[in-house]
Amino acid sequence: MSLMTQGGDGAGPAIEVAGLECGYDGKVVLKDVSFTVARQEIFFVIGGSGCGKSTLLRHLVGLHTPTRGTVQFLGRSFTDADAAGRREMLKTFGLLYQGGALWTSLTLRQNVALPLEEYTTLSRREIEEIATLKLAQVGLLGFEDYYPAEISGGMKKRAGLARALALDPDIVFFDEPSAGLDPITSRKLDELVKHIRDTFGTTCVVVSHELASIFELADRAIMLDRSEQGIIAEGRPRELLERSRDPRVREFLSRGEK
Amino acid sequence: MSARPEIPPATARTEASGNRLTVILDGAWRITEARPTWPEILGSTRPERVQLRLADGVRWDSSLLLFLFAAQQWCREQGSYCDLDALPAKVRELLAELDRSHESSVPFDRTESFLTSVGVATENVAVQARGIFDFIGECVLSTVRLVRSPRKFRWGDCLNEMQQCGAMALPIVSLISFLVGVTLAYTGAIVLRQFGGDIYIADIIGLSMVREMGAVMTAVVLAGRTGAAFAAHLGNMKANEEIDALETLGIPPVQFLVLPRLLALCVMMPLLTLYANALGILGGGVVAYGLLSIPAAAYWIEMQTIVDASDIASGLIKAGAFGLIVGLAGCLRGLQAERSAAGVGRAATSAVVTALLMLVIADALFAVAFNKLGI
Repeated sequence: MSLMTQGGDGAGPAIEVAGLECGYDGKVVLKDVSFTVARQEIFFVIGGSGCGKSTLLRHLVGLHTPTRGTVQFLGRSFTDADAAGRREMLKTFGLLYQGGALWTSLTLRQNVALPLEEYTTLSRREIEEIATLKLAQVGLLGFEDYYPAEISGGMKKRAGLARALALDPDIVFFDEPSAGLDPITSRKLDELVKHIRDTFGTTCVVVSHELASIFELADRAIMLDRSEQGIIAEGRPRELLERSRDPRVREFLSRGEK
Repeated sequence: MSARPEIPPATARTEASGNRLTVILDGAWRITEARPTWPEILGSTRPERVQLRLADGVRWDSSLLLFLFAAQQWCREQGSYCDLDALPAKVRELLAELDRSHESSVPFDRTESFLTSVGVATENVAVQARGIFDFIGECVLSTVRLVRSPRKFRWGDCLNEMQQCGAMALPIVSLISFLVGVTLAYTGAIVLRQFGGDIYIADIIGLSMVREMGAVMTAVVLAGRTGAAFAAHLGNMKANEEIDALETLGIPPVQFLVLPRLLALCVMMPLLTLYANALGILGGGVVAYGLLSIPAAAYWIEMQTIVDASDIASGLIKAGAFGLIVGLAGCLRGLQAERSAAGVGRAATSAVVTALLMLVIADALFAVAFNKLGI
């Protein structure tokens, strides 16, 4: 969980992105991307395939360096921080990768325990208690000593989420959490995202094109477009569907209308 | 996140009255930072009733839960009453969840008895042996099918593999063969100089290289370089379900993936061996000239008196067989790989070990066979 406060939490956005330009090998994929994510918000980055959703995510979390612009987490600049500062800030967010990205040679408990071993001075017993709790919170109690190869795809994602939550981050990024899951498992994962936000006050940034999840979960969303190389819409998904004048936004969101 | 400057680090203040101890938790309780421990707070006191509560503005995460859990466990063991009612409902819920996960978590016992281990290992040997025979049989059948319809053979892949395992291996084969020739020459010179038979260094190097060292050293290099690459490539394809995709299309993976590689190695190994022989002889010649002052022409003529076509042929026959062994070991281990990153790594290691073992066995068999045949 992020730091919960007895008697109210601090103000200020969780994430501030200003004038971000992202690309690979000199090729610009996104330019002039600016948005803010409020604390404890479930924020979606949506758009069609190839529009740069995952590229944006990889640049936000430091896997790639943006060519221009700044990213701030909880009021501190991530893009301008030195190596020690970045390492410190890495503790403030967790990331759930598309396939879970669990380390296959470690059990689920060891997967969750590794960040705790790296960043805390907790005893081995305490680390195991926390790792077990995190796995219990994602519904994997009883599977602590299983290896990733021994569990299903949905369970891998949940275990990946438990690992992302290990250090009680303030912000959790989700990269296509529903990809490859059946509708029921997908819905359960959506409920889990909501539960994490409601219980722990975590800010959740979800990269997805699953319309059911977008309408069910998103407090706010930005929509990216490949031809525009940037944001073409921002707001509540339901309002975007009903009020947006951009046909690309309405077309994208109306495919999910019941 | 480090705690904000205005919020002090985690603290626990105690208020004792009679047998009752009230613990008030304040500051920022952050899992990545230091916090008070329950034994520190308790000291030498043994209260019968412990009340835990949070100060206004306290910030907390799992770190606080660990502290509360330790307090709760201590109270249970001592028979003291642990009063959690003053804690927020959310904290109590999470504490109950931690308690439940602690109680319900049962370690998964993976240990097995000695007899079971022996039984499983024995069964594995049988399964592995059968796997090898199945694989060789499948290779033979696929070869027969391809001889009947050669248009199905993937010549492009084969040529690509030839380039990878042949041309691209030239630098490393050159270096190793040259140095083997140099080493042989230095070693031979120690003995030959004692008897004044310096010129026979050419015989030792020529015969050793063409009959034995050329083929063996090239095979060792290719086992480490190409065999491991085959295993890693096929193992990765298996992990990505590419092999399954071939099977569901009715295309035998052996025909599609293994035969082009086997043919490439069987063709390139003898060629590389010829090249290695030449480089080894050159390396030996350099030492013969530099150390023993034997002119190049004398070295060359003396070598021709002992090395004949049958020696070269025996080396090349072995090279072809070694190429087959390295290719089979690499492809077999790749196709047997587990569907994980660790499985691919193990397959590459296993391919090299299997190839080296089989090379040594095959070399010994060749030595006996050539001796019986008088080659």
